[in-house]
Amino acid sequence: MTERVCKRESLKEGLIASIPIVLGYFPIAIAFGLLSKNTSLSLRDTSLLSSIVYAGAGQFMALDLISAGVNSSSIIMAIFLLNIRYLVMSASLSVKLENIPKKFLPVLGFGISDETFSVVSFSKSKINLAYVSMVFLLPYLSWNIGTIVGYFVGEILPQSLQASLSVGLYAMFAALLFPEAKKNKRIFLVFIISAAIYALIYYLNIFPAGWDIILAIIVASALGITVLNHKEEENVN
Amino acid sequence: MKGYLPVIIGMALVTYIPRMLPLVALKDRDVGGKAKIFLQIIPYTSLSILITRGILTSSQDMIIPTILGVSSAAIAAYLKGNLILSVFVGVLVSYLLLQ
Repeated sequence: MTERVCKRESLKEGLIASIPIVLGYFPIAIAFGLLSKNTSLSLRDTSLLSSIVYAGAGQFMALDLISAGVNSSSIIMAIFLLNIRYLVMSASLSVKLENIPKKFLPVLGFGISDETFSVVSFSKSKINLAYVSMVFLLPYLSWNIGTIVGYFVGEILPQSLQASLSVGLYAMFAALLFPEAKKNKRIFLVFIISAAIYALIYYLNIFPAGWDIILAIIVASALGITVLNHKEEENVN
Repeated sequence: MKGYLPVIIGMALVTYIPRMLPLVALKDRDVGGKAKIFLQIIPYTSLSILITRGILTSSQDMIIPTILGVSSAAIAAYLKGNLILSVFVGVLVSYLLLQ
């Protein structure tokens, strides 16, 4: 296969892989654009939140805090806490993206979200720059276009459709995870352990928002090393 | 209409840095052994945790559509292994439950 054919193939695979994220982001971005307008943010600030912050749930949280009149440094701190989970996701991706030249990583890092991280982590395709760029760029465009559409005509999507499309992102997480369990049954155990640890931390309610996720990921992954012991190692990838 | 430029720039920095730093800092470090397994398990545990969180934090009227939507997507994915089909099944189930 020549290099050019290979690159075109990767672009196509990246495009296909990004479809569920693109479709899932659009209605949520519309909801964000609409809510931002109703929180009386300008069009400039609304689109800046989606284009330079690009933080999904963090953006909704920011609107909530802005309308509650919370001061700037507390807002920034809250968003930071919500975002520290990206530290572990980014660290995990560094193994997966080991073949991509270092100079592209500062730009690619910007495109990491829960969803793009998941798709790239579970990708069966060859991980190269063309593939990752597509998986990171198309959802970003969807999020930003959706935000602007929502700002102007947010009322067009019926509430029940918006709600069910947002379930789509969780459906995608499940659809990425469960086929792996077919190959390695211990993934079920990892799922149950992770869910139980998060639920425990959630109901204990003693950790600030944001810390709950990262703490659960670290504890569950540390326990996971024992569950998926050395013999299964080749399946964990 | 108030301008929020400084707080938006602050938010942009605290979102970008955690995403970019480990990716760049761990590049060309020879991560091996248990640390590597730990990093490779993170996708499985994070997804499990994000799904659980999605269910636990959903509003009262969304709990059942979320649980059943996610479960049907999980079953479809387990049986067929097709991502887009499974997501479609999940959205359809939750949409029908909301009618």
